[in-house]
Amino acid sequence: MKLELQGITKSFGGFVANDSIDLVVEPGTVHCLLGENGAGKSTLMNVLFGLYEPTSGRILVDDKPVAFKGPADAMNVGIGMVHQHFMLVPVFTVAENVALGNESVKGGGVLDLEQTRKAIREISDRYGFHVDPDAVVEDLPVGVQQRVEIIKALVRKADLLILDEPTAVLTPQETDELIDIIGQLKANGTSIIFISHKLREVKAVSDKITVIRRGKVVGSADPSADVKELASLMVGREVDLSLGRIHSDGDDVRLSIKDLTVRTETGHAAVNGLSLDVRGGEILAVAGVQGNGQTELVEAIIGLHPKAEGSIALGGEELLGRSVKEIIRRGVGFVPEDRSTDGLISQFSIADNLVLNRYDQPPIARGLALKPKAIAASAVEKVKEYDIRTPTAANAASTLSGGNQQKVVLARELARELRLFIASQPTRGVDVGSIEFLHRRILAERDHGTPVIIVSTELDEVMELGDRIAVLFHGRLMGVVPGNTSRDVLGLMMAGSTAEEAFAEASAAPGMETTQDGPTLPGGIA
Amino acid sequence: MSAQTTESTTTLAQRLRQSSALVSVLAVVLSLIVGGLLIALTDERTRGAAGYFFSRPGDTLSAAWQAASGAYAAMFRGAVFNYNASNGVDMIKPLTETLTMATPLITASLGVALAFRAGLFNIGAQGQIIIGAAMAGYIGFAWQLPWPIHILLVVLVAMLGGAVWGGLVGWIKARTGAHEVILTIMFNYVAVHLLAYILTLPAMLRPGSNNPVSPIMQPSAQYPLILGPDFRVHLGFLLGLLATWGVWWLLERSTIGFELKAVGANPSAARTAGINTTRATVIAMVGAGALAGLAGAAQVNGTEFSLANGIAASIGFDAITVALLGRSKPLGVLFAALLFGAFRAGGVAMQSQTGTPIDIVLVVQSLIVLFIAAPPLVRTVFGLNARRKRRQAEPDEAPPGNQPPSSSLTAGSSL
Repeated sequence: MKLELQGITKSFGGFVANDSIDLVVEPGTVHCLLGENGAGKSTLMNVLFGLYEPTSGRILVDDKPVAFKGPADAMNVGIGMVHQHFMLVPVFTVAENVALGNESVKGGGVLDLEQTRKAIREISDRYGFHVDPDAVVEDLPVGVQQRVEIIKALVRKADLLILDEPTAVLTPQETDELIDIIGQLKANGTSIIFISHKLREVKAVSDKITVIRRGKVVGSADPSADVKELASLMVGREVDLSLGRIHSDGDDVRLSIKDLTVRTETGHAAVNGLSLDVRGGEILAVAGVQGNGQTELVEAIIGLHPKAEGSIALGGEELLGRSVKEIIRRGVGFVPEDRSTDGLISQFSIADNLVLNRYDQPPIARGLALKPKAIAASAVEKVKEYDIRTPTAANAASTLSGGNQQKVVLARELARELRLFIASQPTRGVDVGSIEFLHRRILAERDHGTPVIIVSTELDEVMELGDRIAVLFHGRLMGVVPGNTSRDVLGLMMAGSTAEEAFAEASAAPGMETTQDGPTLPGGIA
Repeated sequence: MSAQTTESTTTLAQRLRQSSALVSVLAVVLSLIVGGLLIALTDERTRGAAGYFFSRPGDTLSAAWQAASGAYAAMFRGAVFNYNASNGVDMIKPLTETLTMATPLITASLGVALAFRAGLFNIGAQGQIIIGAAMAGYIGFAWQLPWPIHILLVVLVAMLGGAVWGGLVGWIKARTGAHEVILTIMFNYVAVHLLAYILTLPAMLRPGSNNPVSPIMQPSAQYPLILGPDFRVHLGFLLGLLATWGVWWLLERSTIGFELKAVGANPSAARTAGINTTRATVIAMVGAGALAGLAGAAQVNGTEFSLANGIAASIGFDAITVALLGRSKPLGVLFAALLFGAFRAGGVAMQSQTGTPIDIVLVVQSLIVLFIAAPPLVRTVFGLNARRKRRQAEPDEAPPGNQPPSSSLTAGSSL
């Protein structure tokens, strides 16, 4: 299908989200929409999918103008969309989800799931999806759920597939698999619009790149374009991609974890006999595919798993068994991996969120009484220092963009003199400009002499920030390797090899290097 | 994005709490209109005129109008100002009756509101009032103490009784994870029947009587009348105002309130920030119970002066409505309680003067809850939806009042 957008403008009141955007997607190609969070990519796709009516401009499908009253119209002409947040019913099977809204019925209105199952198997075989039509969706890994979404679109005969930030929820391996799938879809003549702000993927997958900034098309590029050039086009200024950092060896051991075992409620050992030291003035990056014990490890340190076994000693003092508050009072700063559920109270004001971990300490409080002036003063200071973009700190935290929300969390956690700083997924869902800023803040804390633990599923971020890298697999420590260890070795360790095995295997394979000399791409933007 | 996910996971308590002030006011207006229609429909004259509606529709309409306006005018005379009265005392007496009726509602509703803010749906005000009243009542008639000490003790014991009754729920919830709605409902039953039982014990009854009514409170345990002997307004009203201020201070100006609100809004973020969520649950329920217990003392030592089975009337349940109507804000709760006090005071006058059954007041109160629980309905009725839809349509990447998308650039950018 050939798709053409001509002069699409979408404004909301006085705010123009899309400003006369022109876009042509040729049949059987992958067209990338590159732009930061809030650039207007999603609005444009919602216009294309019939969710918004454009203020002006028109959409042409195979050179014929079309008008969409809703997603059903868009699906009828062959446009399918895979949303960033999946639209699946978790307790339904794959077949039931695919059938939903597009049910085949036998006589008398009886549901004919067999036909849907057949269609799923056919598509699954053709593209090597390995999706069982009778699996229950909530039991499937995220990557497979995404394939179910793609199948949903294909069953409805989509010739053009919109993938909205498809890799945001995927592990590196799943991302690679998705890129393969996109290649096959393309080979079968399906056009694809791929929306992302991650440069590495965009370069890997696309035939054509259109860069959007502040609702306007600011340029287009070929996938061969230089990463730095794309980044500056996207952000609108020169971006310094390398932090120009020096690896640190750290000084004495400050945090010492011994034989730590953390069990989940079902008794499964999420962290299994783990021992680890972190030195002052170094960043220990914890790598691993999501769900291999990283979450439980940091939660145990901060005191959220009171029944963990083993020992976690900070400066010689045992932390296990202490309450979260006691551990925070001992100078542990913590950025949780999911800021919207654990890091912020979205209904609270930005000012209140900035004092969430010290609301009962002077000068914020005296006795039982809060000091509103002190809260406001701290907010003014932090909003300025961290450049939190808001009209006033009295606004609810929910009004901030993801990057600014993360700045609030980081500002709060770094506001005190720390003896240990832990950040989980510090830049997940954060725009490029803010990533750079957040990384510099974390490095500054390290240079201040604080031991730092970074947990990230983004290998680039791990390699960029880590002075040493600890790799977790199924709750076990596969080894701690130097920060300049190559992607190949880390990948093998993340798949369950010990450090020795991984180094041996990587050096045996031709063309693989065990350490990297050249500069790596910075964390989240790659 | 995060706003969307949190929205989809809000609890019922959170949704109810977040309904706007405008919706509260409109819900009251709408309920009064529907109540007026019901008064008109049940009026004999209106129904008689409706029999020949098609020949003289004006008769039906004027009869309906007279029925509804007459009933509401009587309600106004009974609740606010009796312009038909012959002397000044009788003229303003209705307003003081409203204050009297509102007194137990104020503190009980503050208790419900306090628990709401901590994310707890406290259905148990009724039981907490009963326990508070029972303890205050016993101290009030059985003990002999000098005047100021007796009153003070009655107040403290009532609060203690309610606090224990509410705190038990908080403690069980914190320990076992049992849901507070179930717990409070069951504790209500226990309290009702416990009271019925102790009112069979000879020590609790008037000498020589088998009626389940306690002796009269000692004069030293009766709340003083604050506007003189002509009016029933008593010390409890001042305590209600004090409690309103106290709850406001607790919620808006104290570290405890900060904890309660944090736990109510996002327990996992609160826990991650070091707040002890089980402690917050217990504190909220203890506070809620103490406030409801205070309402119990107002009933038994302020207006009834003896302990009987119906001591709590339906105050504990009305308190839930009042807390919702006042959006769990102390000042909002105060005004909502005064409104409900006016309904009760006015309803009596309405029934005696126009024959409109007092049940219509209950209908209006119930409609208020219904409309508050369904804000979209109220918005549709008053045509507010168009505006809201437009707001919703704005992209989540650029919430209104926020900056344009360029805001995500960092410091030092020189655009």
